[in-house]
Amino acid sequence: MSFDWFPLVNSLRIAAISCVLVFFTGIFFAYYAARLPRVIKGVLDVFLTLPMVLPPTVCGYFLLLVFGVRRPLGILLAKVGVKFVMTWYGGVLAAAVVAFPLMYRTARGAFESFDKTLAYSGQTLGLSNTYIFWRIRMPACRQGILAGTVLAFARALGEYGATSMLIGYTPGKTATISTTVYQLWRTNDEKGAFLWVMVNLAISTVVLLSVNMLEARQKKAVKS
Amino acid sequence: MSLHVDIRKQLGSFTLDVDFNAENGVTSLLGASGCGKSMTLKCIAGIEKPDEGIIELDGRVLFDSENGINLPPQQRRVGYLFQNYALFPNMTVRQNILCGLRRERNRTSRQQRLCDMISMLQLEGLEERKPAQLSGGQQQRVALARILVSEPRLLLLDEPFSALDGHLRDSLKVELRDLLERFGREVLMVTHDRNEAYNMSRDIAVMDKGRILALKSTKALFADPGSVQAAVITGCKNIAKARRIDEHTVEVPEWGIELETKQRVEEGLCAVGLRAHYFSPNTQYNRFAVHFAEEMEEPFETIIQFRYEGQKPDSPPVWWRLTKDKKPAQFPGELGIAPANILLLYD
Repeated sequence: MSFDWFPLVNSLRIAAISCVLVFFTGIFFAYYAARLPRVIKGVLDVFLTLPMVLPPTVCGYFLLLVFGVRRPLGILLAKVGVKFVMTWYGGVLAAAVVAFPLMYRTARGAFESFDKTLAYSGQTLGLSNTYIFWRIRMPACRQGILAGTVLAFARALGEYGATSMLIGYTPGKTATISTTVYQLWRTNDEKGAFLWVMVNLAISTVVLLSVNMLEARQKKAVKS
Repeated sequence: MSLHVDIRKQLGSFTLDVDFNAENGVTSLLGASGCGKSMTLKCIAGIEKPDEGIIELDGRVLFDSENGINLPPQQRRVGYLFQNYALFPNMTVRQNILCGLRRERNRTSRQQRLCDMISMLQLEGLEERKPAQLSGGQQQRVALARILVSEPRLLLLDEPFSALDGHLRDSLKVELRDLLERFGREVLMVTHDRNEAYNMSRDIAVMDKGRILALKSTKALFADPGSVQAAVITGCKNIAKARRIDEHTVEVPEWGIELETKQRVEEGLCAVGLRAHYFSPNTQYNRFAVHFAEEMEEPFETIIQFRYEGQKPDSPPVWWRLTKDKKPAQFPGELGIAPANILLLYD
């Protein structure tokens, strides 16, 4: 029997897609939350950060509460053929919810430390707000946004609690690396579990190494 | 060509309430930090919104609260030189200057104007550098190039020299003054440095706690600041309460003296100011017995603090400032001051 690589493929696609989703939504909320009135901002901030401090299983519980097959939204979605429970793209939803606060908070920190006079001078020069956002604000906040993206990706890749609640473990269908490790260990397949732990370690090391390299390159670019 | 500003805006502990006109040439807003002068610039540029009022530039309405007009900064055509120059750190000098040229659709003329500006501000050879690789003076020139190339109708300068080392300042002042003359339109400059304001501007508006105390031509302002706050802001060191005696005489109880003035003393006089440079042991006018109190040396000048013979004990000593070569070997027993140099200050 050939080795089943499905959990790796599934984990990577879940992490990659949720990371892209979180990248845009995180930046969007980070940018607009900063301009809201203080009270609304405070409430929104708590709500958006909650998934970071709640146990992931609790996040999974809430997701089931909203998207469960017998819940109104779940029924409605099922009618158009979308089912988040026990599907691999449900894993994308779970990972995105859990990883979102990491992107949101780091991006917000980066935006808050952005020198406002840069945006103002762009405006007085006649540059459009869209141009200022993508060509001046984003490059200036590049480091924070990059850090947030990497953190969100790593978090999505390692997601276990919410994922197992929402999509469970079905080999070849919804299995991810982290749920596979647990499943193999539970069924006394120590060798299999060890192998997947090694795969996970390898990916994490590669991610962290590339972040460090990017940072080093940036420092060099600033110096020269 | 003219700028008309008449705006109000609540700012924490005080209200910004300014009303002035500026015409061709450099006008300075002079005042302590936090007096609302930068906020005034931001309102004109459209970065901040006044609570109410009107802003007009060359007959074009930029802001009018009554008619609900508030042009975005992009449409105001007002150039703004920020204190830190606000160059885009991720772009080269060339790209920074091109940011001011995005309205120009024609490629050839855009390139032409870029080249003209680079040579006008002597930035040849720096085109591919990043802002972090430039000196403070070069950064200022790039920021100016970027603004001037966009052909603003009005130029705002926010503390243009505060980010520069002292020894660079004077030569850049001369450069900037020549450049502004060539620009040929209204320039509004904000500064807390009275020397800078004096060097650069034709008119000066003195600001204090959100209000304009006086708007006069530079020389007239320093010769006659008019109010106590304006006298302090223009650097007058010796100010004391005074009472009108007659048309050319005032009494200063704190110093125990009566001064003869050249200017007519009007009703409502509240204080007089004596500039520290104007005392002389040789003049016969307003000559009174004085006692030495303290001395402080500067590289090229000396500050001598003295007290008038009849001066009240709780009033601070009077400052006399003179260049070292003029310093008498012995402290004179009497000092005078010309009647023309008595500043009459009103409420």
